[in-house]
Amino acid sequence: MAAVDGRRGIEVSDGALIPARDDKAGFSAWRISFFGAIGLLIALPLISPKPFWDILRFIPDGVLRTFQVTVFSIVFALIIGLFTGLARISRIMVLNRIATVYVEVVRGIPLLVQLYYIYYALGNFVQVPRLTAAIIAMSICYGAYLGEIFRAGIQAIPKGQMEAALALGMSRTQALSRVILPQTFRIILPPVGNEFIALLKDSSLVSILAVADLLRRGREYAARTFEYFEAYTIVALVYLVLTLFFSKLVAIMEERLGSHHRSG
Amino acid sequence: MAANQVPDTAAAAVPRIRVEDAHKRFGDVVALRGVSLEVQAGEVVLVIGPSGSGKSTMLRSVNRLETLTSGRIWVDRQEVTGRHTDIRLIREEVGMVFQAFNLFPHLTAAQNLVLAPSIVKHETKDRTQARAEQLLARVGLSDKADAYPEQLSGGQQQRVAIARALAMSPKVMLFDEPTSALDPEMIKEVLDVMLDLAKEGMTMMVVSHEMGFARAAADRVIFMDEGEIVETGPPSQIFESPTHERTKRFLEHIL
Ligand SMILES: Nc1ncnc2c1ncn2[C@@H]1O[C@H](COP(=O)(O)OP(=O)(O)O)[C@@H](O)[C@H]1O
Ligand SMILES: [Mg+2]
Repeated sequence: MAAVDGRRGIEVSDGALIPARDDKAGFSAWRISFFGAIGLLIALPLISPKPFWDILRFIPDGVLRTFQVTVFSIVFALIIGLFTGLARISRIMVLNRIATVYVEVVRGIPLLVQLYYIYYALGNFVQVPRLTAAIIAMSICYGAYLGEIFRAGIQAIPKGQMEAALALGMSRTQALSRVILPQTFRIILPPVGNEFIALLKDSSLVSILAVADLLRRGREYAARTFEYFEAYTIVALVYLVLTLFFSKLVAIMEERLGSHHRSG
Repeated sequence: MAANQVPDTAAAAVPRIRVEDAHKRFGDVVALRGVSLEVQAGEVVLVIGPSGSGKSTMLRSVNRLETLTSGRIWVDRQEVTGRHTDIRLIREEVGMVFQAFNLFPHLTAAQNLVLAPSIVKHETKDRTQARAEQLLARVGLSDKADAYPEQLSGGQQQRVAIARALAMSPKVMLFDEPTSALDPEMIKEVLDVMLDLAKEGMTMMVVSHEMGFARAAADRVIFMDEGEIVETGPPSQIFESPTHERTKRFLEHIL
């Protein structure tokens, strides 16, 4: 998922939504898509309020639910990912193996299958709300991907950093938390941002568990009115605006953190 | 800890660093093949030798960044190679300066100096801050306290790195080719700091081929080749009348 590119940062091959800093073409493509989508979201209800305005009024609940799933999942996935990444570089063999197996298993199963599986597997023991099951499944899945990003990020820090910290008398834990991880967070920000955006998109899968997210709300509307095309047009545009907005946000944050000193 | 209570006269009898028959292998590569040496308190020892002769490995074994395959090392009375030694206690007293500086890039120069004393020795903020200012002044970088490493030249970074090591108040300083990564015009500013340190009586082990520094500050020069100490003596003797053929050939090469 993520490959380490020297000490400057991490290159991610898929989901390259985040515009590169000096990629002027990418930037203008972003502008066209973002403002185009917003323009359509404003224009369509104005031109024909009948289906489009109704649809727009019907889906905000879904947007909220989508956010809820995304934000909770990314927070838990980050926590899982941090510990997975640390376990993957750990010298304690048992931890290392558990983390590696976890990553392999999760990466080998489609998210859709995991969602079904975790929902029904959990259902055998406890009655969890669908939303909770969905968040657990998304966190477990993305925790594995983020674990790999953390691992690559930690390993991208030059060996001399750990050595300098140890030579000053720090414990490994101190060296990790005060020297290595603060540097890791900076370089993994872009790939983590990419994962966040990927998660936002993948969160649409939770609609199969009847979680009333953005996609599900669109389908509910369409099922009543049979205006499938119109409903999904709005759903697609809203997803597009959201992902483009967040990719821009990530790009800005990346630029702010790109340099160690606060410039200006 | 009890060793620290021994009166100075008795402590002087114990070398600051003692290496006894050190062997180190990296897989098939033998980096050290039976190195023994002593460094007395206040002594400045220069280590020279061709690339790959084991100089770094030897130096890094003193604070256990490398673990020996066999042999023993002591710093004062504490055994570095002891199975139950808390190596962190020894590392607090042994400062190290690296060829690549290895400053922490996410911290300012002052923060680089403050970090270890505050989290390792639990010194108060006032104390670590005051000491950081004093040490930065000593290496001539008072005005760079708030600069991040990437804003500093190589020479300035290395001077901050020396100050960072000194912030732990070490008894011994290890230098592994401290000027090799520097542009020529910056070498002097770093050597001057090291020279001051030597004059003030710091015990130093320095891997370097800076002849000027050797003549000005070194009490003893050790020539290593292929994981062994070939020859050791005062700088004038090693440089002007080396006894071994390998030493002669090496010196012809670098002089
Ligand atoms: N971490 C390591 N892994 C494998 N071989 C190493 C490692 N560190 C040093 N060596 C080898 O040990 C020998 C001595 O290296 P070193 O102590 O760095 O020499 P010097 O500092 O004198 O150039 C060399 O042959 C080097 O390749
Ligand atoms: Mg070396």
